[in-house]
Amino acid sequence: MRAVRYIAINVFRESVRDRVPYNLVLFAMLLIGASYLLGQLTAGQDVKIIKDLGLAAISVFGLFIAIFIGIGLVSKEVERRSIYALLAKPISRPQFIAGKYAGLTLTLLVNVAVMTAALYAVLAYMTWVTPAHIKAGWEAPGVDPVLLKATLLIFVELMIVTAVALFFSTFSSPILSAALTFALYVAGQFNTDLKNFDQVVESKAAVWLARGLYHLLPDLSAFDVKLQVVHGLPVPAGYLAATAGYGALYIAALLIAATLIFSRRDFK
Amino acid sequence: MPAIHIEELTKEYAVGFWRPRPYRALDRLTLAIDSGEVFGFLGPNGAGKTTTLKLLMQLIFPTSGRAEILGRPIGDVATRRRIGYLPENPSFYDYLTAEELLTYFAQLLDVPARDRKRRVSDLLDTVGLGRERRFQLRKFSKGMIQRVGIAQALLNEPEVIFLDEPMSGLDPLGRRDVRALILDLRDQGRTVFFSSHILADAEALCSRVAVVAAGRLVATGRLNELAEFRIRGWELVVANLSPAALESLRPAATRAIEIGSGRYTIELPLSETPEQVLPAIAAAGASVVSLNPLRETLEDFFVQRIAEAGARTRGDAVAGGHAGR
Repeated sequence: MRAVRYIAINVFRESVRDRVPYNLVLFAMLLIGASYLLGQLTAGQDVKIIKDLGLAAISVFGLFIAIFIGIGLVSKEVERRSIYALLAKPISRPQFIAGKYAGLTLTLLVNVAVMTAALYAVLAYMTWVTPAHIKAGWEAPGVDPVLLKATLLIFVELMIVTAVALFFSTFSSPILSAALTFALYVAGQFNTDLKNFDQVVESKAAVWLARGLYHLLPDLSAFDVKLQVVHGLPVPAGYLAATAGYGALYIAALLIAATLIFSRRDFK
Repeated sequence: MPAIHIEELTKEYAVGFWRPRPYRALDRLTLAIDSGEVFGFLGPNGAGKTTTLKLLMQLIFPTSGRAEILGRPIGDVATRRRIGYLPENPSFYDYLTAEELLTYFAQLLDVPARDRKRRVSDLLDTVGLGRERRFQLRKFSKGMIQRVGIAQALLNEPEVIFLDEPMSGLDPLGRRDVRALILDLRDQGRTVFFSSHILADAEALCSRVAVVAAGRLVATGRLNELAEFRIRGWELVVANLSPAALESLRPAATRAIEIGSGRYTIELPLSETPEQVLPAIAAAGASVVSLNPLRETLEDFFVQRIAEAGARTRGDAVAGGHAGR
């Protein structure tokens, strides 16, 4: 377990020294600031726009971090040959995969936390400067703790994307891994359509294929509760737990597959 | 119990994309290395040296055969606490400083926290990087990275140390330091297994060597046994030798080279013993300055055995080709 922790800390340190996450956090903050300015132009709707754009920014910038760092987690180690000295230490290959994954998850957690804090800061400012009669028309409070439900699911979704990127990174090149991860992310957003495919086609083979893909691909649309939290609609705790549980199972399956592939790999 | 035991270790790679065929990078290697030995693993580029070391480190997996380090199978992760490994042309995380890298590896090696700082510091001093300890590795030259690689291989005070081309990228001063370091490790009772194609290093350091070529073991033994493997003649240095006396020696000599001022180096074949020639030299009024056996050097041995192995491999290929037709 200690080995996993040390590897994870090193991944986190690498991403901190890599300037990309800083830039992404900065960009996210700029976007949240911009959404605030946009909100000034739309009386009464401003807080909703801020929440909507803020959550979208957290999701998109987190996605960039998950993909672009995730695809290099293993392949960079192999390309620069640093893996030779590392794997000669008393660590198993499953520990290596677990450490790499935990390290990037930690990076994402810090990034999502910083972006969420920035969003709450903007919302707190909005609440403070908005007159009471306008606030009375809001569907949900400005500084709404329910937003955390949305950011939690965004974080679990990013953990799935990281696991997908890591999985591809164990056997393919960084460019191919990025393309495949992004493709899977997009497909995952429309996965629910595959479930209802039997309502639009008659071919049994097509329906079975769609069903198979539905179960194989991650159902990422389930993790998007932005609309509900922005409009003050309920997000039940049961739904939150079930979706997070589904995410955990999908991540476990991907990490097991990545470990199986990586454990058999020759480093020529 | 040998420190390293290798039995019939074989590695094949599939080459070719559409119709992959097996390429044997290592062919039934069998070796035993005793504790406390400095063992040289010699061979030209592509002979199978790095393949062997990667197999021992489980960076690649054998097609067949087995190996043990310190009595444990090579797949045993816990044994890696007792061994050190320097990869060929090592590369590390360029965003870390030398000190951070060694601390990270010391953590993975379970070096106790109370010893970690001191050991990292001492090792960086030992490899001559004390002043550069807080520089990021991206600023390091190839030779400095090699020194970092040697330091990380020694962090856990290993019982067995595997060094893949340890002198690679080092300047003469660095090579001298590494030689001294290997001899120190030997004096501490540690086992050193190092691969090299630089024979002078093997001659200076090794108690025993193995020579590999084209994936096969072609010779193994104590260095002095290999060096004495064949005395191919005698070398006489003679002074005050008259031209007439020289002419009388020519039929027996394989070579006669004038050094200057009546001095000559005369090489005699093994069939002409010095006892047969020396009376004639004395009778001609010349004096013998030195008499030495002409030994086959390790370099001669190396070149000859590799040429033989190459011819054998070509022969096998031709025979295989005929058999296939």
